[in-house]
Amino acid sequence: MLELKDVVVHYGVVPALKGISFRVEEGEIVTLIGANGAGKSTTLKAISGLLKLKEGSITYQGGSISGKGAHMVVRQGISQVPEGRGIFANLTVEENLSLGAYTRKDKSKINENLKNVYERFPRLQERRKQVGGTLSGGEQQMLAIGRALMATPKLLLLDEPSMGLAPLVVREIFKIIREINKMGTTILLVEQNARMALSVAGRGYVLETGQIISEGSASELRGNEEVKKAYLGH
Amino acid sequence: MDMFFQQLVNGLTVGSLYALIALGYTMVYGILKIINFAHGDILMIGTFIGLVLVTKFHLAFVPALLVAMLITAIMGILVERIAYRPVRTADKLIALLSALGVSIFLVNFAQLVWGTATHPFPANIGGDPIILGEVHIGILQIWALGVSLLLMAGLHLFVNHTQMGVAMRATSYNVDYARLMGINVDNIISVTFAIGSGLAAAAGILIGVYYDAVYPVMGYSAGLKAFTAAVLGGIGSIPGAMLGGLLLGVLENEGAAYLSAGYKDAIAFALLIIILLIKPTGLMGRNEQQKV
Repeated sequence: MLELKDVVVHYGVVPALKGISFRVEEGEIVTLIGANGAGKSTTLKAISGLLKLKEGSITYQGGSISGKGAHMVVRQGISQVPEGRGIFANLTVEENLSLGAYTRKDKSKINENLKNVYERFPRLQERRKQVGGTLSGGEQQMLAIGRALMATPKLLLLDEPSMGLAPLVVREIFKIIREINKMGTTILLVEQNARMALSVAGRGYVLETGQIISEGSASELRGNEEVKKAYLGH
Repeated sequence: MDMFFQQLVNGLTVGSLYALIALGYTMVYGILKIINFAHGDILMIGTFIGLVLVTKFHLAFVPALLVAMLITAIMGILVERIAYRPVRTADKLIALLSALGVSIFLVNFAQLVWGTATHPFPANIGGDPIILGEVHIGILQIWALGVSLLLMAGLHLFVNHTQMGVAMRATSYNVDYARLMGINVDNIISVTFAIGSGLAAAAGILIGVYYDAVYPVMGYSAGLKAFTAAVLGGIGSIPGAMLGGLLLGVLENEGAAYLSAGYKDAIAFALLIIILLIKPTGLMGRNEQQKV
């Protein structure tokens, strides 16, 4: 479904990705784990079109999406929940959700999506007239995921959904991620919390200073001594 | 008390015009984080366009106002395309220099075409003033106040109740997040410049008619006052620009009446300094998040 080939991204002259290649197949949950600064967020931004590639290519459903602007990539069915959730703190919950469906023109489908999001996250419905900035961290994450679902994405890119959340909330969010995947959405999950990520993902890649140093099924990675030592904490 | 109310009316009139101009500064700043220093000169060109439509094409005042707003809006889009878009990712200082370049160009263009003299604005919208007790409300004041409030109400509806308006506020909050929603930020920026420039043309024409004077450097003082109003209200905030404009107009007129007319501008800028000392983000500004 999605394939990156030798992708190189620079911030100015500083290389952030030094030629990474990986694939995501339809229906999978694939995780990209690694420490802070390894290039995980950069990878997602390169896919969603926020960052330009210096070299390499990204193909999605058989066509190239490298070099397309971010607002065009969304239209192809790739939605990103950015690091730090990326909600519009100055807009109401409802306005945030309506922007999630910005690229869709079919009113009935938008309303159906809105109903589904409110069913999945009843808290958002209660707070639909509140501005996003007044929500708790967990609610903001739900809003960010709900907003991405408003576009009916085929591929969902999640950047650190566990960041800054209490363990109980993290568990809830990961339960929701699994459910979204079961409904047919492919997921590429970037996480520092490798343990949680490998518990939901089928496969994973380990990123270190802009390079993929290890890959395999989630159970292989969980058993990998180096991964254990560096990312699982024992 | 009569003088107080008379100055209140005068202040609200001028203030509503400041507010119209301030909206252009604040909307552009909200999205691009640059001060469009050519804004006052775009206003000036818009005023001359209105004048030409009235004197050469013999349009009535309202059609001339609307056509001038439209032409100036298109000009605003062109200014952004030519002078700001190519330097958007460069240092903010470059955009500032580009803005000054546009400003100098527009003033010289106007001097070349219309000369340096001051032109009267024969709008033919005379009429008897409304007299409430001792307070006179001139017909031009009613026009200025009425048109400004109507345009601001329209902008308010657009920004809060249309999808494009919501997208505009989203873009002003964070450009990257907006792009992830599928918002074409380039289009939003064009619309922002179009609206800001159109409103400036309306304000300029109303100022031209009110003072019966149109001249190539009229954008400087109008622009400076409106910029003050935008900062006063909180740059980047649309309701802030409206509030800042009205407040500035009222305070400088009351101050001029009770202290001395010579202090009018001093009062405006002293007010700005005081607000910035007490509340640096302006009356309705929000704290900018610093991104690492």
